[in-house]
Amino acid sequence: MPLVLPPSVLGFYLLLAFSPQHGVGKWLHDTFNVQFVFSFQGLILASVIYSMPFMIGPIKSALQQLPLSLSQASYTLGKTERQTFINVLLPNIRPSVLTAVILTFAHTLGEFGVVLMIGGNIPGVTRVASIAVYDSVENMDYAAANTYSLILFSITFVMVISVFVFNKYKAKSPLE
Amino acid sequence: MISVDIEKKLRAYKGQQVLKIAAQFPSGSITKIYGPSGSGKTTFLKIIAGLITPEKGKITVDDAVWLDTDSKFSLSPQKRRTGFVFQNYALFPNMTVQQHLEYATDDRQWINRLLAIGQLETFAEHKPEYLSGGQQQRLAILRAMAIKPKLLLMDEPFSALDPKMKSGIIPGLKLLWEELGTTVLIVSHNPQELEGLTAREIEINLS
Repeated sequence: MPLVLPPSVLGFYLLLAFSPQHGVGKWLHDTFNVQFVFSFQGLILASVIYSMPFMIGPIKSALQQLPLSLSQASYTLGKTERQTFINVLLPNIRPSVLTAVILTFAHTLGEFGVVLMIGGNIPGVTRVASIAVYDSVENMDYAAANTYSLILFSITFVMVISVFVFNKYKAKSPLE
Repeated sequence: MISVDIEKKLRAYKGQQVLKIAAQFPSGSITKIYGPSGSGKTTFLKIIAGLITPEKGKITVDDAVWLDTDSKFSLSPQKRRTGFVFQNYALFPNMTVQQHLEYATDDRQWINRLLAIGQLETFAEHKPEYLSGGQQQRLAILRAMAIKPKLLLMDEPFSALDPKMKSGIIPGLKLLWEELGTTVLIVSHNPQELEGLTAREIEINLS
């Protein structure tokens, strides 16, 4: 669902779910003194929920491309599913995992709707770069908006290039 | 003694067919399994290894029950610990020759002995992608032998080996099988390939 829901809708529901006035949010607040709404922890939680599919998709796809016989061979050697995953499957999808990590991070960096909903826009606490760009434009401070945008653009550009370079030299299928 | 009596439905070109096998394999024997392509030879080996579960059947090894569909019992492949040589080798791309064997056993002496039998000592640090087809196949055999299996299931294990290499490796393997008392089941397409190696054979056909 996070993949197809508009970010603002997801953010709205997370805002309701973690509101300290009722439900899960109230229980978390009363029991553990944890508040996810308008806090940095909330931003992280919302980002994880929102970006999870971008991580899971490539990893799941890479796992499905590995021949079943790799796991089966490991099982016949007496290895458990966990040992097989750690020693055989995971090392053989390492390029996909790294690509997924980089792309998910880049995607998270540019989030707007979800973080604005659950985090608000509290300077020094929940104001993220993409919101800062929006704020600057609203205040007609184009120089600041340009600086923020350029920083975001540079970071994202480096990441995308890294993925391309890494894929070109490293990420060929281990079974090729 | 290994006793197998199984029934497994298979989807084949002609529609659904049934793989039905009842056979016994004396301990320490070497048996050739042959039959036309798609007749279920690989499936038969995987059923014995616990990698595929049949609809009906029972497998016993000496006094131990490995599979009994009546009581819905199936011993996990990890506990059966059958040596299995896959037709596609199923080598781990991330591991070197040495690491393949170390993944299967901690016995250094045994590993060195296997490397010598497979003539792969000089390739110990090589990963599968840097090995020839024949070397990969030998590694698959050595990895299966690394766990000192009481039952070894081999799916077309010598298909990529030239006659000279095959005649070089088989005596060493036979010696190991005799030492361990390993029961060996070998699937082969080629009727001549296992001449002189196996005394017994069974044919598999779908019904």
